[in-house]
Amino acid sequence: MPLSWWEPEWDPFREFEQLRRRMDRLFEEEFGLRPWWTGVYPPVNISEDHDHLYVRAELPGVKPEDLDIQIQDRSLILRGEKKIPVEKGVNYHRREREAGYFRRVVRLPRPVDPDRVEARCQDGILTITLPKPEELKPRKIAVKTA
Amino acid sequence: MAEKELTPKVKAEAPTKGERVRPGRVFLPAVDIYETPDALVLVADMPGVSGDRVTLDLKDSLLIIQGEIAPPLGPGETWIRQEYSTGDYYREFQLGELIDKSRIEATMNDGVLTLVLPKVERAKPRKIEVKAG
Repeated sequence: MPLSWWEPEWDPFREFEQLRRRMDRLFEEEFGLRPWWTGVYPPVNISEDHDHLYVRAELPGVKPEDLDIQIQDRSLILRGEKKIPVEKGVNYHRREREAGYFRRVVRLPRPVDPDRVEARCQDGILTITLPKPEELKPRKIAVKTA
Repeated sequence: MAEKELTPKVKAEAPTKGERVRPGRVFLPAVDIYETPDALVLVADMPGVSGDRVTLDLKDSLLIIQGEIAPPLGPGETWIRQEYSTGDYYREFQLGELIDKSRIEATMNDGVLTLVLPKVERAKPRKIEVKAG
C-alpha cells in the first residue's frame, strides 16, 4: 500500500470531490459537450419522486407572464422571453447577460397526467410538477404465505 | 418579441480560493455593469439564490459577491437527467471608483441581484480666503 494512505492529510472526501470536478471538466472542456447537451435554451434538469416528475430550468429575471408552458402527450413545450430593460444615458463596463426568446420541447421520460401539471417560478427557477398517472405509480406487492 | 433567440451556455466555474466549508461547485454569475453619473450599477444572474442567501463584501476597492443556492432537489427526489449544473455563486470585482458604502443598495428579484453602488462625492474645489495679517 502506498505510503500516502497512512498520511493524516489524506482526505478521501477531497479526493472524490477533485475526481468529480475533473470528470465534469472532462465533459465540459475536453469533449466540448456534456452528456445531455441539446443546444437548445433553456437547459432543464429532470427528477422524480414516488408521485411526480419535476422539470426545472434556470430562468433568472423571467416573469411568469412572459412564459408559455404547454403539455401535449409526453411533450412539454417551454416558450418565453427574457427581457432586460435597456438603460438610457448610461455607459456599460460589462454586458454578459443576454435577453431574447426561447422555444423548447422536452420529451418527458415518463407518461404524466396532463390535467394536473403545475408550474411555479421562484428565485429565477422554474419548477414544473407533473403528477404520474395512478396506474403507473410503483405499487407495493404483499407477499402471501402459501 | 425580442429578435434574438437565446442559446444555452455552460456555466463558468469560479476559480477556487482556499477550501470551502460548503460542498459542491461554485460558478461565476453573468453580470452587467453600467455607470451613471452618480453610481455604478451591477446586475448579476444568480438563479436559485434567495435574498437572504446573498453576501456582499466591499473592502477597500474589492467587491465580493456570494450567493448560496437552495438544494436543487426536493426531499425524496432522484435525478433522471441533468442538463445544467447547480452550485453557489462567487465573483470579485476591483472597483475603480470610490464607493459610498453607507448608501449601497442591493435587491434580489427572480434570481437577479441588482447592486447600486453610489460614488463618493468628489471634494469640491474650495476658495481660500487670504486674511490680512
